[in-house]
Amino acid sequence: MEKKLMKGNEALAEAAIRCGCKCFFGYPITPQTELSEYMAKRMNASGGVFLQAESEIAAINMVLGAASTGVRAMTSSSSPGISLKSEGISYIAGSDLPCVIINVQRGGPGLGGIQPSQADYWQATKGLGHGDFHVLVFAPSSVQEVVDMVSYAFDMADKYRMPAMLLSDGLLGQMMEPVVFPEQKSEAIEKPWAANGHKNERKHNIINSLYIEATDLENTVVERYKKYDEIKATLPDAETYMTDDAEYIITAYGATARVCKSAVNLARAEGIKAGLIRPKTLWPFPSEIIKNATENAKAILCVEMSTGQMVDDVKLAVECKKNVEFFGRTGGVIPTPAEVLAQIKKLGGIE
Amino acid sequence: MENVKKITIITGHYGCGKTNFSVNYALFLAKTGKKVVVADFDIVNPYFRTADFKELFEANGIKLIAPQFANTNVDIPTINFDLLDIEDDEYLIVDVGGDDSGAVALGRFSSSIENDDYDMLYVINKYRYLMQDPKDSLSMLSAIENASRLRHTGIVNNSNLGTETTAQTVCESFDYAKSLCELSNLPLRYTAAIENIGIDKQAENYFPIKVFVKPVWEK
Repeated sequence: MEKKLMKGNEALAEAAIRCGCKCFFGYPITPQTELSEYMAKRMNASGGVFLQAESEIAAINMVLGAASTGVRAMTSSSSPGISLKSEGISYIAGSDLPCVIINVQRGGPGLGGIQPSQADYWQATKGLGHGDFHVLVFAPSSVQEVVDMVSYAFDMADKYRMPAMLLSDGLLGQMMEPVVFPEQKSEAIEKPWAANGHKNERKHNIINSLYIEATDLENTVVERYKKYDEIKATLPDAETYMTDDAEYIITAYGATARVCKSAVNLARAEGIKAGLIRPKTLWPFPSEIIKNATENAKAILCVEMSTGQMVDDVKLAVECKKNVEFFGRTGGVIPTPAEVLAQIKKLGGIE
Repeated sequence: MENVKKITIITGHYGCGKTNFSVNYALFLAKTGKKVVVADFDIVNPYFRTADFKELFEANGIKLIAPQFANTNVDIPTINFDLLDIEDDEYLIVDVGGDDSGAVALGRFSSSIENDDYDMLYVINKYRYLMQDPKDSLSMLSAIENASRLRHTGIVNNSNLGTETTAQTVCESFDYAKSLCELSNLPLRYTAAIENIGIDKQAENYFPIKVFVKPVWEK
């Protein structure tokens, strides 16, 4: 297929339809709305269901219902809307159901703003609802990667029977870039657990997150954590850029990583040995990759569109043996390559 | 460029490059010594809009009028200005954001505009998804006319693939543009493409442009 120019949000919606997403339940919010709008226009024509729910809470519970029947289901929102969905996400995780949740992050807390942000890192990776559970968190940094990660997220959600989140941001959602849709469509796997009608041929399946006995719940959670251990051993992924000889290494994800890549190029042009590690999975976090790639680095700079959330995971990855500094802009302000370059120089004491 | 109209309205499918063309067109007119006013008439997009170029316009003596809350956190794209409140010697460029839904607000001014000296240019990009068939582009053109209650007067072929645009990318869009011109019975006013891309001889009514609308890491 030839290249097409697409906006991040619409590319994401099209990619989801192409990889077999059959149900989309959403509620409008800037800067995510184009995604719902695209689904409204295209989902029915492709044999699926689009429904604008009465609220974010309703939408996530519709996802729970649809996912229970084994179909690929998705919802999308932006930061405040994701907070509303968190109860439902916990129920979905507690019911071992696969689904994909999109967060096109905007400034917070509260109603915050409509400009891009990465201040939902903690929420996505550590607190997307009550109880002992994780969701898979993928962080694309280009429109093409948005397309590729949606189908991967659906595949991994199905494989591990758990929710997967794409942590995008307003900038990635609103920007235009050329994309190619992969010819190979990912297909949903067999789901013998689905509550889709037993036809008197098997015992009925029950989708549930309530356990009467405390020990039953404990056993279920412990089993789930064995699955999480397997994921932590196999799924962590990150891109490394010019890290081999780098003295100063930036860690950044999403749109911020694009800014930082430009900053690394500016630094290299001035003879400063800078590099970049860009986590593509935020949970599981690519700790090993960061630890290995920073072995010979003098210092690490974590850059985020927040006041510093991923920086703690970077410190843990290097076991606090390296100097890890932080630079961020927040509230919807995007850092510039020049600002990041100044921070690299500050880190190295370079005039 | 002889016959520049008093009002030039720029429309198109969202993502076709209206804003970038508008900025280039404004700078071009300003360089010919005209007093230019640019109206950010985008009631759809929260980012990447004409109001982003306030400083560039100021440096080139171009006046910008924009919704009060453009580029703020207030998600209310109200048009709180009189679009046609311009001086006799001023030239107005109206950048109408986002599809036919963005053109609805223009309808409010249609009866005044249609009696005036105006051009309404439909910007196209062959490489936009769901726009690859000229007939799809024609449907959007008609939808914008219905929403704005104004008729187009010309086509601007702005076909591009962002940073991956080459001379070949542009040349392979000529037939598409020609086909839409025939379907819509409108003239091809400009072929807008990056300056020095090497299509001077091939392109009809070549209008060299710079890329102003881009993310911060490309600046």
